[in-house]
Amino acid sequence: MVTVNQNAGLDANRPRLNLNHEAIALETNDLNLYYGQTHALKSISMQIPSQRVTAFIGPSGCGKSTLLRCFNRMNDLVDSCRIEGEVKIDGDDIYKPSIDVPELRRKVGMVFQKPNPFPKSIYDNVAYGLRLQGIRSKRTLDEVVERSLKRAALWDEVKDRLDDNAFGLSGGQQQRLVIARAIAIEPEVILLDEPCSALDPISTAKVEELIIDLKESYTIVIVTHNMQQAARVSDFTAYMYLGELIEYDDTAKLFTNPSEKATEDYITGRYG
Amino acid sequence: MEEHFHQHISRQFNQELEDLRKDVMTMGGLAEQMIADAITALIEGESARAEQVIENDHQVNQMEKQIDQQCIQILARRQPTASDLRLVMAIIKTVNDLERVGDEAEQIAKMAIRLVSRDRPRGNYRELETMGAHVRAMIRDALNGFARLEPEVAIALKRQDQKVDSEYEAILRQYYSYLVEEPRNTSRILDSIWVARSLERIGDHAKNIGEYIVYMVEGKDIRRASAEEIEQSLGESD
Repeated sequence: MVTVNQNAGLDANRPRLNLNHEAIALETNDLNLYYGQTHALKSISMQIPSQRVTAFIGPSGCGKSTLLRCFNRMNDLVDSCRIEGEVKIDGDDIYKPSIDVPELRRKVGMVFQKPNPFPKSIYDNVAYGLRLQGIRSKRTLDEVVERSLKRAALWDEVKDRLDDNAFGLSGGQQQRLVIARAIAIEPEVILLDEPCSALDPISTAKVEELIIDLKESYTIVIVTHNMQQAARVSDFTAYMYLGELIEYDDTAKLFTNPSEKATEDYITGRYG
Repeated sequence: MEEHFHQHISRQFNQELEDLRKDVMTMGGLAEQMIADAITALIEGESARAEQVIENDHQVNQMEKQIDQQCIQILARRQPTASDLRLVMAIIKTVNDLERVGDEAEQIAKMAIRLVSRDRPRGNYRELETMGAHVRAMIRDALNGFARLEPEVAIALKRQDQKVDSEYEAILRQYYSYLVEEPRNTSRILDSIWVARSLERIGDHAKNIGEYIVYMVEGKDIRRASAEEIEQSLGESD
């Protein structure tokens, strides 16, 4: 077993990822998270650049999904969850009492492992968030639905059956529909939690293509068990283990010459 | 560090990498022997030995293709990362250089055959024998460095290559003066220049392999760096 510094995530002595030339969208400072007695995130301090794809990788239970959920306060839904430290979006602490959580979740969209369209038509799925905001104009809705489906690279496949039930779409199409629904409300950040693990390779390739297109407009954070996927789509990769951020670097560097032995062991499939 | 390549969860992958490393060593050993035999054939005037070198070159060529194929299989099936990826990359490049070493040895062997029928020069090619021993030792050092994963070997190889380059220039000057002094031996002298040229190139290939070892072990691309820069770069990682 590789020994990992138990006190701090990224050691002050380790070379830090230089993000000086990047605008920072998300930031955590000394973030600790507990599920009851379990210390699930240990002193995570990191910056996530704007309009880039950042991937979190690590073995099951390492805390990568938990960290992802901190960015739109999904962990609030877990009773025993307690958080210390800061999580900032555009410099604003999202855990301060005055924060409007629904507004936060509008700014920070999320897509899950299993596509979760609503039992409604394709059109209504995409229009859902806008209607929730009180937008009723048919013209506006039509425009946004078309634009979102186009951005999600789904328009050509569904434009002639927008009134069909979304459950009739394939898994890969459903996942792109969910992404279209997420971007319809113009978020700043899109969190993707294992978005392709239920998809076949072709659908996976389409979603990966989409992720790369979407980073022009959005900040993307993706949790994935598929390391090659992280290597393919992300600009930066964070390796987590037992609640710690072990290494965070340019994806090109991390996959060819990681600094930490623990990272090397994980990405090359060695006994840790 | 050598155990490093035996620690995958997949034992099959361990075996594949181990086989690959062994095959590179076998190919390198063969190329090194070809240099020794080609030089001996030249010095001793042994056509049969030179013919054998030419024969062995086919085997080296075959091994290059076979090792490349194994590497392609690993890339396609294992998608190696980090040190595994660098190992495969270094091997693909190393076998390319070893194949060229084989070609140079073959070239020397061909010259040896042509020179058998000609008058021996005064020194009986002593200068080529010395240079040959140097570049052969370089190939051996490079292979040992490869087997033991020792990046420091790159510094020594870089310096030895500079010496071999000087040796080559000195031999050229000497042969140019022979061309003037002994016009009737012109074709023998020109053939000898070809031998020296091949030996000089073998030195370059050994130096290249040293660079790949640094890339494999340290992840640093030191191609075209000076010996001092390499030394400094390796010092930084400690």
